[in-house]
This record gives sequence, C-alpha cells and structure tokens, in this order.
Amino acid sequence: MNLKTLSLGLILGSTAGLLVSSAAFAEGIDTKRLHPKDEKFSFEGPFGTYDRGSLQRGFQVYKEVCAACHAANHLSFHNLDEKGGPEFTEAQAKALAAAVKVPAEPNDKGETTDEKGTPLMRSATLADHFPPPYPNENAARANNGGALPPDLSMIVKAREGGAQYVYSILTGFHEKAPAGFKVTANKYFNPYFEGWNISMPPPLAANGVTYSDGTKATIEQEAHDVVTFLAWASEPKMEERKRFGFGTMAFLIVLAGLLFAAYRKLWKDQH
Amino acid sequence: MSGPSTYNPKSGFERWLDARLPLPRLMHDTMQTFPTPRNLNIWYTFGGILTFCLGVQIITGVVLAMHYVANAGLAFDSVEAIMRDVNYGWLIRYMHANGASMFFLAVYIHMFRGLYYGSYKAPRELIWIIGVLIYLLMMATAFFGYVLPWGQMSFWGATVITNLFSAIPVIGNHIATWLWGDFAVGDATLNRFFSLHYLLPFIIAAVVGLHIWALHVPGNNNPLGIDVKSPQDTVPFHPYYTVKDAFYLVLFVILFAGFVFYSPDFFGNPDNYQPANPLVTPPDIVPEWYLLPFYAMLRSIPNKLLGVIVMGGAIVTLVFIPWLDTSRVRSCRFRPLMKQFFWAFAVCCVLLGYCGAQAVDAARFGIPLVWVARIASLYYFAFFWLIMPIIGLIETPKKLPASIAQSVFGDNAATPAE
Repeated sequence: MNLKTLSLGLILGSTAGLLVSSAAFAEGIDTKRLHPKDEKFSFEGPFGTYDRGSLQRGFQVYKEVCAACHAANHLSFHNLDEKGGPEFTEAQAKALAAAVKVPAEPNDKGETTDEKGTPLMRSATLADHFPPPYPNENAARANNGGALPPDLSMIVKAREGGAQYVYSILTGFHEKAPAGFKVTANKYFNPYFEGWNISMPPPLAANGVTYSDGTKATIEQEAHDVVTFLAWASEPKMEERKRFGFGTMAFLIVLAGLLFAAYRKLWKDQH
Repeated sequence: MSGPSTYNPKSGFERWLDARLPLPRLMHDTMQTFPTPRNLNIWYTFGGILTFCLGVQIITGVVLAMHYVANAGLAFDSVEAIMRDVNYGWLIRYMHANGASMFFLAVYIHMFRGLYYGSYKAPRELIWIIGVLIYLLMMATAFFGYVLPWGQMSFWGATVITNLFSAIPVIGNHIATWLWGDFAVGDATLNRFFSLHYLLPFIIAAVVGLHIWALHVPGNNNPLGIDVKSPQDTVPFHPYYTVKDAFYLVLFVILFAGFVFYSPDFFGNPDNYQPANPLVTPPDIVPEWYLLPFYAMLRSIPNKLLGVIVMGGAIVTLVFIPWLDTSRVRSCRFRPLMKQFFWAFAVCCVLLGYCGAQAVDAARFGIPLVWVARIASLYYFAFFWLIMPIIGLIETPKKLPASIAQSVFGDNAATPAE
C-alpha cells in the first residue's frame, strides 16, 4: 500500500479497521474497552501531591515486577532522590543504582567484552538512565510472544484515561469473559483493554511483593502504588508545577484587582 | 499615522532623535494620544491579547529551540529532556503548547468580533484581509509546530496533511515528495518543518505590523459601527485603553495559567506522548482543536480533491467578505436579520468543530455526523456567498444613533470631563 492510498484510507475513516478487529474476535459482542474504574489518587486536584509512601512502594513493584519486561527509559536514578518524587535519600538512590548492572564503557584497551565475549558490565550510578530489560525491540518481542511491552516512563500520559486506565488494566484481569467471547490464544482477557485481548499476562499477585513498611500487598494496593509511581514517572515536575501555579494565580488575581480599580477610577466619567 | 501628529519633543535629545528617527513620535501618536472610540467593549481587547500571545510564543519558542533537536531519532527524547532535565523546561514547553491554543482561542474571538461589528467593511477592508493572511500563517505555523515533538499524532498528522497536496491532479505527488524531501514523512521533513516553524512567527510579527499600521489609518471600528464624528466620540488610547486592555489581558492570562499549571495536557492528545512510529497507525488521527472545523469539511466530502478545494475555499472565502457584504450598516447591533444568520453561522462553526473531533462514522440521535458536517459546511459557504449579499439588500436596519458620544452619554451629551 503506498502512502497516498494509506492516507486516503485514514481520512475516510478508521471505520473498516475497527469493524474488522472487533468482528474477528467476537461475533455480536462490542469489544470496545470499558470505561476505566474510578480509582482516587492523592495527586489529583489543584493541590494534590504524590503520596511519598505510595511512590516508594510503587517503585518497588515497578522494580520487582514491571521492569522484568518493560523499559522506563526516561527515568534516571538521580530522579529517585529528587524533590517531588519518591524522595529516597541520596545514599538510598545510590545503593539502588549500584545494585543494577549496565553495559560498561570501553576499557583502557578499548574492549567492551571480556576474553569469553561476555559484555563488560558496571554498577549504575545516579547519572544513568534505568537500563532496558531487552537490548532491542526484536529481543523484547521474541521474549514476549511477538508483543512489545511499551516503555513505561510516560504510560500514564500516553493513554486515554491516564492513571485510572493503567490501574484498571492492572486490576482488570481475573474477570470472567462473557459467554460467546473467545480469548485469543496466548492472550489474556481484560475488558479495560481495547479489543479485550491483551498480550500481557496478569502481572500482579497478592503478596507478589513484600512491602517493608508493613502495608498489605493486595493486588489493588500494588496497582494503586505502581500507578502512583508511573504517574510521577510521566509527570515528575507536577508538584513544582502546582506550587508555581498557586503563586502565579495569587499574583494574577491581585494584579487583576489592582487593574480593575485603576480601570474603574479612570473610566468613571467616561461612560 | 493618521491625522496631524501631536508629538512635542521636550528635551534636546528628543528633538535630535525626532529629526533623524522619529520613533518617539510614532509611539506617541499610535500608543498614547491615538483617538480611540470611547465605546469599545470587552471584545475589542483581543487585539492586544493576540499581540501578547505572539510575544509569548516567540519568547518561549526561542528558548525551546535552544534545547530541541530536530532529528527524527532524537526529537521525541529531546522534548522529554526539556520536560525533565532543563530548568523550568516543563513551564516553558507547557506555556508554548497551551499558548498555541490560547492564541487560536483569542484569534477566533477577534475574528467573530470583526464579523459581528462589520469591522471588515470600508474603509477597513485591508485590515481584514491582512488579518486573514495572519490567520493562514498561524495555521501553517501551528501545524509545523505540532509535528516537532515527533509523537504519533505529530507524525500521522503530518502524513495526512501533506498527503492532501497529492490530491492535486498530475503534479500532486511531485509536490508531496518535494514537501517531504523524501518519499515519505521522515527526518528531512522534520528538519524543514522546524526551519519553517522558526521562520514563520517572525513573518507573522511583520504582517501584524502591517495589520496595526492599517488599523491606525482609519482608526478603530466600534460596536455601533458608526464613524467617529467629533473629538467627544473618542478618548486618547493611553491611559484609557491601556488600562482596560491590561485588565482584560490579565483575566485572559489567568485562564491561560489555569491550563498551564493545572491541566497542561487538556488540549493535547495522549497519542503524542508515544514516539512516532511509521508502522503503527493510530485508530483516530485528529488534528488540534482549532483546525477541526476545516477537518470536518474535508472529511465530509467523499472526493479527496473536492474536499481539499472546499477546505481551502473556506479560508479563501474570508478574503472576499468586505465585498460580499452589501449592507451600508456595519454593526449587527442594527441589523436584526443579519444578527440571526450570524449566530447561526457561529453555531455551524462549533458544530463543524464537534464533528471533526468524532470518528468519521459516528452518529448522534440517529443522525450520521457526516451529514451534519455536510449541512454545516453548506451553510458556511451559503452564509458568505448568498446570505451576506442578499440580506444586505433586503434588510431594513434599525435607526443608527447620531454619534458615539450621544449613545454613551444620552441626549444631554455635554462635554464630558476629559
């Protein structure tokens, strides 16, 4: 298909594609994704901030569960101790980084592998980005039945429905597929996902992680925590933004008041 | 600019400068003593607001360009680096992204105000036509700018819009290839779009200069649409309109700041936070809201070339308005018939925008939206090419007031305190 016909198809409608995809999986069943669950998060509203404990627990879920398949390329280890984030101490962030191995730079001899051909590795530092779980897209697909686990650094901003959507996906497994709907081979039923067939196996399990702060690790709790973490990953400057917003608004409202007084005084006899 | 200058150089330096480059005289005559109708309402503050918007876009844009990398492999990550690693980069980028929407919001209000009060009519035809040119340049600039983050919507929006040129018979495909600098939207396209996105705002600034120059010859129209007849009809621009414009500008900035700080992705599309991928087409390709009415027109016509002609015609039509309106009265305030057709037109534009945002096969209340868009498009053209000329001839306008001063102060219009 050349680009011209392609774009014409786009302009005239994505109709056909949608019809075909839903018809292929279920006759007579509308597999449009369900409206996301109405989960409440601490970071909503004009004064909402990230729940620090939830962020730290969410990072643990990300690290122990998600990171096995998903990259989060836009995050660096130094983000972990920044204000407005999980706010680990610098020492904690350094320790978290040091526990992760990343490909080493060429050594003095210009080598990037040892004698056996194994790539040289070093401990990550605060300056390093979170390393991806797979070296490239093909490797990611080969390990996941052909599906590409998306990068998670912006997942909350990159999906319609945002945090609620991601939360619904994570907690939307285990629901019974309606009669007549056949789950595709190697896929999983999730009614919050468009088409209802998702390639990701249910990632969370009760007590799948052990929280050090004693929080009970239910699926809902884990999902809530990791979504908080991912929301921060998408929008790490949100707290600064809202703080600035408050100051700016206060200033503007005072300025508007002064200007209104000046305007009224000047125009008193003019209209 | 218009009328004799009232500038009186006070110091030796000012006299020296005035004989060589009379910049203070220009400022004095256009921004200080300029006689301005005393009855301008809130809708007349949007000219100043638009100048502010252009300034914000240029300043934030220049800073963003210091950190942005126009390369198909790096652009997306460089924008994210601005959001995360550049000091206050998030603020600058959100101001720029929302600033575009604010700019269009203001320009639409400004244009509808001009339409309602007949500001395009003699002797202000050129102000209007230059304004249409600015609007066109704004759309081009916004389109180029939307491509730069190189997200999914950037890429596919660029693909759809540039492909429109391939509808032109015979040479269409060559034009598309020439625009892309390649055989598809790619790195070459991104680079030239960045170049043009940086260039056009300065051309807009220059054309805005012409717009304001042309405005200062006949002076402002006003809600009554009648000419200024005596000095009592006007007040000096400063301080009367500087303070009024400043007040409404701050109200506008409060709205602007509300989006920037509390809902920065309100106008955005989540798909654009996914990197461009030529192999994955998003299910719905939607342009930014300010282009939706034209997008709806384009989609409502099954023939691609005809669709492009209609879409282009919708904008070109605006140029002819000064001569399509046959009425001798400017303001809709005194045009009972035209007023109704005007509001129907405004509703049609909103309706078209709504249709443009929905899936192409969508229906509401059992009515396919494509037909709603068709009828609204038809009305759009009929409004200018049929209704405007005919109504002007058959309508009996209401009685116009004797003067602006009389309308403001009533019949006991003694000299007001200056």
